[in-house]
Amino acid sequence: MKMHLDEKIWLTISFGIIMGFMLITGYQAFALEMGPPSNMETIDPQKVDETAPFDNPGVKEVGENEYEVVMTLQAFGFTPNNIEIPAGAKVTFIMTSKDVVHGFEVAGTNINAMVMPGHIQKITQTFDKPGSYLVICNEYCGAGHQVMSTTITVK
Amino acid sequence: MKMEADLKAGFKDKANKVLGYHPEDAKLSKSYIAVAFIALLVGGFLGLLQGLNRAGLLELPSWFNYYQVLTAHGLLLILVLTAFFTIGYFYATLSHNLGGLLPKVRKFAWTGFFIKLVGFVLAVIPILMNEASVMYTFYPPMAAHPVFYIGLALIVVGVWLCCIGAFVQVANWRKNHKGQHVPILSYFATGVFILLFFALMFVAVEVLVMILPWTLGWVETINVMVARTLFWAFGHTLVNIWYLTAVSAWYVVVPKIIAGKRWSDVLTRVVIIALVVMNITGGFHHQIIDPAINEYVKFMHVFMSLAIGFPSLMTAFALFAVFERTARRKGGKGLIGWWKKMPWGDVRFLAPFIAMVAFIPAGAGGIAQSTNQLDQVVHNTMWIVGHFHLTLGMSVVMTFFGISYWLVPFISNRVLTPQINRLGVIQTWIWTIGMVCMSGAMHYVGLLGSPRRTSYTTYGDHATAIGWDPYLMLLAVGGTLLIIGVILQVYAVFNMMFFAPKGETEFPIADEEENASKTPYWTERWGIWIVVMLIVVAMAYVIPLTDMIVNAPPGSPPFKTW
Repeated sequence: MKMHLDEKIWLTISFGIIMGFMLITGYQAFALEMGPPSNMETIDPQKVDETAPFDNPGVKEVGENEYEVVMTLQAFGFTPNNIEIPAGAKVTFIMTSKDVVHGFEVAGTNINAMVMPGHIQKITQTFDKPGSYLVICNEYCGAGHQVMSTTITVK
Repeated sequence: MKMEADLKAGFKDKANKVLGYHPEDAKLSKSYIAVAFIALLVGGFLGLLQGLNRAGLLELPSWFNYYQVLTAHGLLLILVLTAFFTIGYFYATLSHNLGGLLPKVRKFAWTGFFIKLVGFVLAVIPILMNEASVMYTFYPPMAAHPVFYIGLALIVVGVWLCCIGAFVQVANWRKNHKGQHVPILSYFATGVFILLFFALMFVAVEVLVMILPWTLGWVETINVMVARTLFWAFGHTLVNIWYLTAVSAWYVVVPKIIAGKRWSDVLTRVVIIALVVMNITGGFHHQIIDPAINEYVKFMHVFMSLAIGFPSLMTAFALFAVFERTARRKGGKGLIGWWKKMPWGDVRFLAPFIAMVAFIPAGAGGIAQSTNQLDQVVHNTMWIVGHFHLTLGMSVVMTFFGISYWLVPFISNRVLTPQINRLGVIQTWIWTIGMVCMSGAMHYVGLLGSPRRTSYTTYGDHATAIGWDPYLMLLAVGGTLLIIGVILQVYAVFNMMFFAPKGETEFPIADEEENASKTPYWTERWGIWIVVMLIVVAMAYVIPLTDMIVNAPPGSPPFKTW
């Protein structure tokens, strides 16, 4: 099998690019803890309302300017909705679905997670800039999917 | 000695002429191609409706709402257009390459054809009745009418029959040609049918073992993560099956059309093997932000997905090297000047060429998306829709269009006229501009956060959502251009099939370079490659799937939320 020098150089660069992607992804995921939301906890999807912490959804202050939002997603809304938090707050969203698969996306941030029935999903974000953030469901969930939205107001 | 060789060559030539075209096989391919382009016409119009709705220009009636239109659009273009074209094209290849289809193989393909059509009708009826607005991904616990899944299962069976037919055909040829290499285009076909055969197993288990008993009420709940994972093991492989089909024309057909030689036979076959072996595991990158898959498994899958990029980068080099070599042989000079020697006015070259160029940003986008953190930015946004309109809508479908300008005349015993060629060139440019507008707008608005699979909405006039509107308008403009492209293309195909002047058309297969090195025989050992493929699949799937089953939460009952 003959291979020209040009091709060897090209394939070496190609291999290098792929390894570069791997290294950066690995470094960000494991050293900087920027990995994608991958929570492993489970829940009975038919008993969400009776299971802690989802029996009491809402915003809770857990530390200095640190918050936890326990949230359920259901066709076609978020509970709680229209959340307000102070600027600079570090917020952890703890979520599950009461029916079908939903998506939790906050436009203009890197918050993006799948929320599945039977599984508890977690994602953390620090909100530095004040403003009204649009929260939407980005996984098709039924006839009212296009109205499934709420806001996070950062003051 | 020389005379004997000449005689042999002469005999081979004659044999090619006699064996190359088989009316019975041509009829089969014609039927498949006809269905593919009817699907393009209907699916294209449904796409236009969505584009206009998405831009806020058109309100869809309640009896045929956005999500019904979207489900049908996906099914028609992702399943019907691609599957029927691929099978029609590769069966024409097997017939031409391997001395005509065996009667039993033809029977397999016809039976598959009708089973698929019945399956498709069964799947469409519940969609039209608004009983199956679940998209082509049909994620449980959304549950459509059981008939929808029975239809899908029949489509799977139909495609399987075509896979088996192809295996029988190739095995028979190999038995009669001991020690020879399967001709290159049939080798591509073999790879594609192997991938189809195994990928369909995942979705067959999902539909037959998990979803059907659940929608029929025989079991109460379903494991949503397992169903979703099985779907993507199939879904992502399907994407690469179309891609491998398009690549076959890039490597083998396009060099012939520009009067060149094809790239190294060994490296071509290595690329095919690599794409077959590594493909199925790519499915996990659709689940990067899912719960219930830990970060280590996700990281391993970044590697599994990116690995598929490597053979594609080999392909990129090969194709442009072939162009340069051919153009220089024709007297092309300079760093860029050799480009002038390419046949830009020949649609059979122009369409696949633009398709290849489109694959550069499309592939780069794919590499970006399969890395964890970057995927999180764009997952389930319009970016993804832009990505697959660039890959499927441009790289793959434009190659299919380019193929149609010689394949349809070939199987119809007609010729490509200069008029239809000119129409094809115009079509190619309209399609290119339309896709660049639409896919570009989708990519950008996706980065801003606009979600996929969502009918027109301003989310209560939220400023962020209103800011997306100009891009959605550009999307609709692109979509409108595309429907013009669809109409021209479908017209060209049926004109070539039924009305073009009679005559012989060549099946363009490029030769190897004269000094090409001999291809080693290990490339023919499909048994080994399938075992390697299964090992890779096992490495990727056994641990996470076991975890999802052993540590499963209580399952979900069916929901109808539309």
